[in-house]
Amino acid sequence: MKKIVSGGVSATLGLGLCFLVTSVGAQNAPTASDGIAKYREMIADGNPAELYEAEGEQLWKKAAGPKNATLEKCDLGLGAGVVKGAAAQLPRYFKDTNRVQDLESRLMTCMEVLQGIDPKEIVDAPFGKGAKKAVEAVVAYVVTSSRDMKINAPMKHPKEKEMYALGKRAFYYRGGAMDFSCASCHDDASKRIRLQDLPDLTSAKGAALGWGYWPAYRVSSGEFWTMQRRLNDCYRQQRFPYPNYVSDVTIALSTYLAANAKGGVMYTPGLKR
Amino acid sequence: MKTSQLIFRASVLCALGLASISGYAQTAKAQAAMDKAIVASFRDEGIISVASITQDETQALCSDPKMATGKAGAKQRAAIEAANMETILPPYDGVYLGDWKEGEKVAQSGRGATWTDKSSAVNGGGCYNCHQISKAEVSHGTIGPSLLGYGKTRGNSAAVVEYTWGKMYNAKAYNACSAMPRIGHFNLLTEKQRKDVMALLLDPASPVNQ
Repeated sequence: MKKIVSGGVSATLGLGLCFLVTSVGAQNAPTASDGIAKYREMIADGNPAELYEAEGEQLWKKAAGPKNATLEKCDLGLGAGVVKGAAAQLPRYFKDTNRVQDLESRLMTCMEVLQGIDPKEIVDAPFGKGAKKAVEAVVAYVVTSSRDMKINAPMKHPKEKEMYALGKRAFYYRGGAMDFSCASCHDDASKRIRLQDLPDLTSAKGAALGWGYWPAYRVSSGEFWTMQRRLNDCYRQQRFPYPNYVSDVTIALSTYLAANAKGGVMYTPGLKR
Repeated sequence: MKTSQLIFRASVLCALGLASISGYAQTAKAQAAMDKAIVASFRDEGIISVASITQDETQALCSDPKMATGKAGAKQRAAIEAANMETILPPYDGVYLGDWKEGEKVAQSGRGATWTDKSSAVNGGGCYNCHQISKAEVSHGTIGPSLLGYGKTRGNSAAVVEYTWGKMYNAKAYNACSAMPRIGHFNLLTEKQRKDVMALLLDPASPVNQ
């Protein structure tokens, strides 16, 4: 099974790169999104993220960890074991942990409580490796089960509102050697970096373009990227220090994006440059 | 108006004033708590320390969208600009323009200064990420204004040369909350690299001015 996964992924990656190179080299300067749109059409019936999704579904139903239990009793906000539509209503407040959680931090809670897996193992593993890899596959499974649904994070509990306020503050927080904040690139719909269009994440439409298409299969790296990984790389390019996995700032930014994107549609898993 | 009415009105005004003052203090307190939570979410990695996102006055003011543009923050922005203007140093040897060919390489490269870069790595200027600069490079961003024909349009008088040098050295001296990094102030490029980019913009032989 593993061999099939990596072969399929690298073949698709090759195709994707061809389109990217063609679009950048063209004379009349099409934007990067033109190439990506063509690529999306080509693989409309098969996003490589499906391979991660299949693995994630298996992991959800397979007994694992020191407690040798499955994740089938995991409550993602809609009740124990309900996967359909769960990603569309995250992040949200959970009574048992008394905090607002995004999909990844919630899965860590389930893995700890149900399976006995030490969350530190997940936090400490690099993206795409070790204990984090299992979380990522389950993320692919869960977000696929919300595809075409309306984005609807609740935003009613005081802690959810608090997290939104923190996310908004973080979005505009300028720092580091380049004075950048998220807003430096993402508060205006008409801008781009090189040929890459930048969505205005402060607007409902722009936030849905971001939140509705992540997590995604990332053509340029040939891997499935969760939202935590997406935000991590944003901060790297922003010249910020390393945001800890499932730290407050990452969950707060997701809360801000999901709330701004309310009413938009989940097209997850997306397919991205 | 009766005295009692006056007293009533005055007390209402007082109450409103006090409420808004305590409201402001609460907001400031809440904001400080949020900033603490933001910084606490990061760890040192590679060449980037958590301390690097402790804000200076420029970053703090410009993180408030209400202060970054519009009338509310105009006074503070003017003060920030003056403070940043003080930081600008002229070139060590008084020569402002280097080699435009080298400048083009600096403008093309967006590398450096992330936690995956080594401290020995040469930073790029990343200029094309945000600016159109030469006609030949169609893969350019639009966050900053087009610099196509920069020197041809403006000439290369001492005033233009010094302004351009200063703008690259510390963009916040001219626009407090500009999106542009303070390239000289934070040593993002060496003096030689900045001279080369100056030549790219101002040398009549540069493709920017063809």
